Amino acid sequence: MRVGLLVILLLMAALANADEDVYPEVKVADPYIELHVGPGTGYPIFYVVDRGDFVEVIKRKTDWFKVRTAKGKTGWVSRTQMEKTLTPSGEVTAFSDAGLGDFSQRRWEIGLVGGSFNGAPVMTAYGAYALSANLSAEVSASQVTGDFSSSELVNFNLLLQPFSKWRYSPFFTLGAGQITSRPSVTLIQVRDSQDLVAHAGVGIKVYLTRRFIFRAEYKNYVGFTSNDDNKEFEEWKAGFAFFF
Amino acid sequence: MEGRLRVLFLMNILRGMCMLLVSSMAWSADAVTNGNNDAVQQQVIQPQIERRTIDVDAIDTEDFEIAVFSGLYSTEDFGTNMVIGARAAYHVTETVFFEAAYAKTDTSETSYELLSGGAPLLSDNQRELTYYNASIGYNLLPGEAFMGKGWAFNTALYVIAGVGNTNFADDDRFTVNFGAGYRFLATDWLAIHLDMRNHIFKMDLFGDKTTNNLEFTGGFSVFF
Repeated sequence: MRVGLLVILLLMAALANADEDVYPEVKVADPYIELHVGPGTGYPIFYVVDRGDFVEVIKRKTDWFKVRTAKGKTGWVSRTQMEKTLTPSGEVTAFSDAGLGDFSQRRWEIGLVGGSFNGAPVMTAYGAYALSANLSAEVSASQVTGDFSSSELVNFNLLLQPFSKWRYSPFFTLGAGQITSRPSVTLIQVRDSQDLVAHAGVGIKVYLTRRFIFRAEYKNYVGFTSNDDNKEFEEWKAGFAFFF
Repeated sequence: MEGRLRVLFLMNILRGMCMLLVSSMAWSADAVTNGNNDAVQQQVIQPQIERRTIDVDAIDTEDFEIAVFSGLYSTEDFGTNMVIGARAAYHVTETVFFEAAYAKTDTSETSYELLSGGAPLLSDNQRELTYYNASIGYNLLPGEAFMGKGWAFNTALYVIAGVGNTNFADDDRFTVNFGAGYRFLATDWLAIHLDMRNHIFKMDLFGDKTTNNLEFTGGFSVFF
């Protein structure tokens, strides 16, 4: 407990020191900019800064910037208004955010998708690395929680995205992995099973905004069981991912 | 005689060289002063502007939030116990955020176990309940709270829903969660949370049934 308190105090001290930093300044170029009391459209405007005055930019929360005026007033300015200010060298202040262009040039992608695996709920976390604009390698871990058993899947697959520059970009996947099934404890005399699986799938990625994408896919699995007959599974999933 | 003439001749040459040297030095000195004048003139007309550039991407962003929380988790049929957990959130816009959570709680004996006095239904290990989930939150009612005359704090009432997994009695159970919370920002980077959630999952220990497991927690979070 005492250690925790010490850590908090140190953290506060470090953050208090950070306040003494020199912040970048921008010059108001519109007739005025509005200072809100909080980082959101609904928060009331309590102060305006006139054209020609400088403000210090302290921090950013989503699309809101906390600024300090020469008179020491601090408030939150929307991104739209900040983009109409000038830097001290006279250029328009520009904030670089990821766009559709970055989507087609992404290197890494991390996401969470959920859906149905043979009728049972499934949740998957995956990571992908783009080998080229059209081809990426993915590793995923899934948990299937069925009524009679729960399974864990680890999969590796290649993903081919023929139109990587489209906002609605279809893809095809091909891969293999392992499924470990544990029967529910209320069912006795059934043992755990571990099988290899291969799968093929089709899906779509939709670029949403900033670094976010929506992903929906269908996969067909074939499980190579120790019995003579192979099992087939169908999987439908959708979810969100972000890239960087 | 001849030697004396030679001396005179040499002295003349020496004098000439000296004059040449002196005049050249004078000329170069002149050039130097002229040069200084030019420099002075240039400085006079030079604008005294300090060129500063700002790195807009260096502005500190505070869109991530990590939190620790503790409170009560009521497991249907298995009593209400203390829960402890952690959450991480990413604020996409001023209204929407994504959140991932992990928490742990113990469960007590069921009424049946207590009354019958028989063998316990579950072992100690099986009694432990852990859950994880991923949810989407929406800041429904952002606002301000006032304390006395001189203090105003930003707050938000949010609604949240998501899916996840609950591990209890050696089984994984798909879990849907939904609820509402209140975020009170003591400073820009430190917030206090109160959260009320319902975790719904199917339990087959006493025949198949859908259980509602209510959770009430408080915690604090740091934005970075």
